[in-house]
Amino acid sequence: MTTWEVGSELPNLAIEPISRTTLALFAGASGDHNPIHIDIDNARSAGLDDVFAHGMLSMAYLGRLLTNAFPQERLRSCKVRFAAITPVHAQPTCRGRIVSIDDSTGERLATLELSVTLGDGTRTLIGEAVVALT
Amino acid sequence: MALDRSIIGREWPGETLLITRSRLRAFAKATGQADPRYTDVDAAIQAGHRDLPVPPTFFFSVGLEAPDPFRRFTELGIDLRTLLHGEQEFRYHRMAYAGDELATRSRIVDVYEKKGGELQFLVDETDVTDQDGAAVATLRNTTVVRRLPGVA
Repeated sequence: MTTWEVGSELPNLAIEPISRTTLALFAGASGDHNPIHIDIDNARSAGLDDVFAHGMLSMAYLGRLLTNAFPQERLRSCKVRFAAITPVHAQPTCRGRIVSIDDSTGERLATLELSVTLGDGTRTLIGEAVVALT
Repeated sequence: MALDRSIIGREWPGETLLITRSRLRAFAKATGQADPRYTDVDAAIQAGHRDLPVPPTFFFSVGLEAPDPFRRFTELGIDLRTLLHGEQEFRYHRMAYAGDELATRSRIVDVYEKKGGELQFLVDETDVTDQDGAAVATLRNTTVVRRLPGVA
């Protein structure tokens, strides 16, 4: 059993470079069919160079980071701000760290700081989750 | 296209989605999820679940089941190419599983702009409930509408 305390870090989750196939599969599986993510012609018609990944794909990776470390039923909330777009072929890494623990309510509730960073250092998602430790 | 604060309070009802194992497996594949609890029913049951669990961010997809899930934008005259996802929050009330039928109800809760209208923000909240009417999750979504060079 891991002992969680303030400052504890979750094991990083490193993702393979995001391919066009992943974007197509995620469009279908998530139900977000906005062509800006899967059709380069549509992206170019909006003045962009290429398609970019769905924000919710990166948030799903953060979901994996959390459920790798904690049973999902312990997850109370999760929120993110999408700070930058994720270009196709980018390589995200998800990180999480416990920044506070509140045991005033009978449950030990940990607040985690979350981030997703690309290979070039761009921080794409900044977020927070609350998890019941016991 | 300027968003008007008069749309705050606008509601739109329930899309429903019968959660299937195959849909959850497709989502696991698309998100690189290799944890068998999300794809293998036996592994899920072993972990104390009653079927494959709906993963934490999939609830966002329930509201996308509508025939035209972006209608709330297009009926305001917003070009989809100008949209960016700004923020997303999930609050969890209970687990949901393959076999459950989830429903949504959404409302616009805020509209504001930044950079002199260069960026406009539309905030909506969605309640996700299961077939028994029990609250499963509450979502809060901020969409950014930006001006793009190629788009009027």
